[in-house]
Amino acid sequence: MTSLAVIRGNRHSQVVLGLVTGICFGFLLQKGGVTDYGVIEGQLLLVDFTVLKVMLSAVMVGMPAFAILRQYGYANSHAAHGTLGANVIGGLVFGAGFALLGYCPGTVAGAVGTGAADALIGGMAGMLIGAGLFAELYPALKSRVLAWGKFPAVTVPEFLHLHLWVVIVLLEACMAGFLIFLELYGL
Amino acid sequence: MFGVLAEATWSPYIAGAGIGILSCLALVLADRPLGCSTAFVKARGLIGKLISTEKTAKMEYYREIVPQVDWAFMIIPGIIIGAFLSSVLSRTFHVVWVPVLWESVFGGNVVLRIIVALAGGILLGFGARWAGGCTSGHGISGSIQLSLASMITAACFFAGGIAVALLLYRVIGVWL
Repeated sequence: MTSLAVIRGNRHSQVVLGLVTGICFGFLLQKGGVTDYGVIEGQLLLVDFTVLKVMLSAVMVGMPAFAILRQYGYANSHAAHGTLGANVIGGLVFGAGFALLGYCPGTVAGAVGTGAADALIGGMAGMLIGAGLFAELYPALKSRVLAWGKFPAVTVPEFLHLHLWVVIVLLEACMAGFLIFLELYGL
Repeated sequence: MFGVLAEATWSPYIAGAGIGILSCLALVLADRPLGCSTAFVKARGLIGKLISTEKTAKMEYYREIVPQVDWAFMIIPGIIIGAFLSSVLSRTFHVVWVPVLWESVFGGNVVLRIIVALAGGILLGFGARWAGGCTSGHGISGSIQLSLASMITAACFFAGGIAVALLLYRVIGVWL
């Protein structure tokens, strides 16, 4: 694992790696169709399920791959303790912005790459303002609302008291079932 | 090979599987979840440094998420370049001010669209930092790690998003 530590610790290689990762991500988002306003808004209006198809297939591939990589020491878990105050309230505010803008933080950048001017002048500018506002309010929120209602567990296997691989198999079955349902109903 | 890269869209399952592999590569090579909203904090902090270095350096949030050009920062310029390459290769790149679906309901007024997009962007940036991540950071990378908080957050992204989208298009849009 020493070579991995060298790559992770080298500032210059990390900058290049970040750029290359971003380029691949942007390419895949655009090819997947999710840099398009109509596709994202269509998902939130429940008429186009492309966004969920992309997300669920990413999770279905990544979940077992990460479990194996972690088991052999190639990856670490970054799962952290969440709270109702941070994750639920923040998630709902995010959702409202998601619907008004029609892009999320990654796809807004992707949309800029495809020529969407509203994503650049409205979306990315707004994201910078929103992130700055949060930075201003952070000291006041940190020990108050962000700490409210701590979740009972960090990971789903801990929460359900089930073995890691039992949870993975169950989740894979649920997600596959949902995707098959979408295809059967032509969604 | 080139033919595949020039296709307008791929199956969402293929693109999704690729994003799943990419998210794992990020966790291995950078030891970081593949998220996008951190970059906006860093960019905002860098702009803040230009305006007032002293004030920015004192802010607690920028001590936790350091405003610097690093792996997490580079994701956003990378996404712009990657999506640009993809759309140019498939000849689908074109400058659009008002999305087609928006125009069909709210008309082609550019100012109205930009104002709503800006309001949405502010809520999105604020909410992403409040929740500690975005659709990719929580929704994909967090779920891959079986994080309970990430899965709950992703469900809230969609619950809030569906509610506001339906209000916008099925109530306000119909009433207009």
